Amino acid sequence: MKRLWNIFKAGIIYENPLLMLMIGLCSALAVTTNVQNGVGMGLAMTFVMLFSEVIISIFRKVIPNSARMPIFIIVIAAFTTIIDLVMKAYFPELSKSMGVFIPLIVVNCIIMGRVEAFASKEKVLDCVADSLGMGLGYTWVLVGIAAFRELLGNGTVAGLQVMPAGFEPILFFILPPGGFLVFALFISLNIWLKGRMQKAAAKSAAKAEEVAA
Amino acid sequence: MTKIFIIALLINNVVLMRFLALCSYVGMTSDVGQSVGMGFAVTFVTVLATAVTWPLQTFVLAPLGLGFLQILVFILVIASLVQLVEFYLKKNVPGLYAAMGIYLPLITTNCAILAVTFENISNGYNFIESIVYSVGVSLGYLLAMVLLAGVRDRIKNSPIPAFLKGTPILFAATSLIAIAFMGFSGLVK
Repeated sequence: MKRLWNIFKAGIIYENPLLMLMIGLCSALAVTTNVQNGVGMGLAMTFVMLFSEVIISIFRKVIPNSARMPIFIIVIAAFTTIIDLVMKAYFPELSKSMGVFIPLIVVNCIIMGRVEAFASKEKVLDCVADSLGMGLGYTWVLVGIAAFRELLGNGTVAGLQVMPAGFEPILFFILPPGGFLVFALFISLNIWLKGRMQKAAAKSAAKAEEVAA
Repeated sequence: MTKIFIIALLINNVVLMRFLALCSYVGMTSDVGQSVGMGFAVTFVTVLATAVTWPLQTFVLAPLGLGFLQILVFILVIASLVQLVEFYLKKNVPGLYAAMGIYLPLITTNCAILAVTFENISNGYNFIESIVYSVGVSLGYLLAMVLLAGVRDRIKNSPIPAFLKGTPILFAATSLIAIAFMGFSGLVK
């Protein structure tokens, strides 16, 4: 149980796919002009990642090593098609506002990376923990960036008016340049957080050593 | 026709305005020569992919009602196309292969290429328009790559605030380049 929890936890900060591994950036910046899009994209990604990892983990001993890439791509493409069609049918507005980025989940390096590095070697349960952790790590960054941009650029969060009526929206944050700048600040914040956590861990380790001595 | 080209190249620049292909944008711009090589390799494959996927969609998938296979088919076509191009160049044009061969495997997962092939269909372009659009988008990619590579050269020797060191400064610089590109938005009515 502890092991699963550790795998799950890794994706959220230490190995956060967006902020630490710097992969899968395109969709993260493009859809984060409002919170609904961020949540929608995050869930779609998590869905595709969960099912692709589980399927590939189940068949990991059968998949020949030399043909693994095309097989991975086909599995991922199948689940991407499913989520694309589901969103078109049940959430047409959300699907329209994210446009081409839903089908582009298929080339999202996060999924390919996790499938190759993790699911092709590990057990099914570990894969469930890993994909949920990575998915959550991806989603929180998306929602964070989206909330920040929507709040300053539109005065709302998830469509609800938050800023006082006199607030003049700073359009910059909704526009592409604002997306890049906010993302730069988020990476910087995550590096700082990680540094602090490592320092704290080193300190407690030193203390434990002192006590032992 | 010119309108499609200008919009794809400058106004809706694929990297700076639409956030596509960011992985290679960050990964492959540490020097100018490298970014040019990658840019041309992408241009080549994008145009080729358009020339293959557009007829495939129009004459095979659409008449047979297999539109739902679009994602699966396009990604496989692009992946195998890249492989074929690699083999062909290696054997017949070794000079060109030496210049852009190493970038080719990376291109399979470049989302700009897949996005262009989808958009050709969803925008309802005809064959010529699709080709023009794909050239515009990929030259826009080349332009953005070279611009960032140039800026990165300057960043190396500049004092940078400690909290922006490393990747954050790249995105902050990109933000400034993107602001400059917003100036193009009035170019086509």
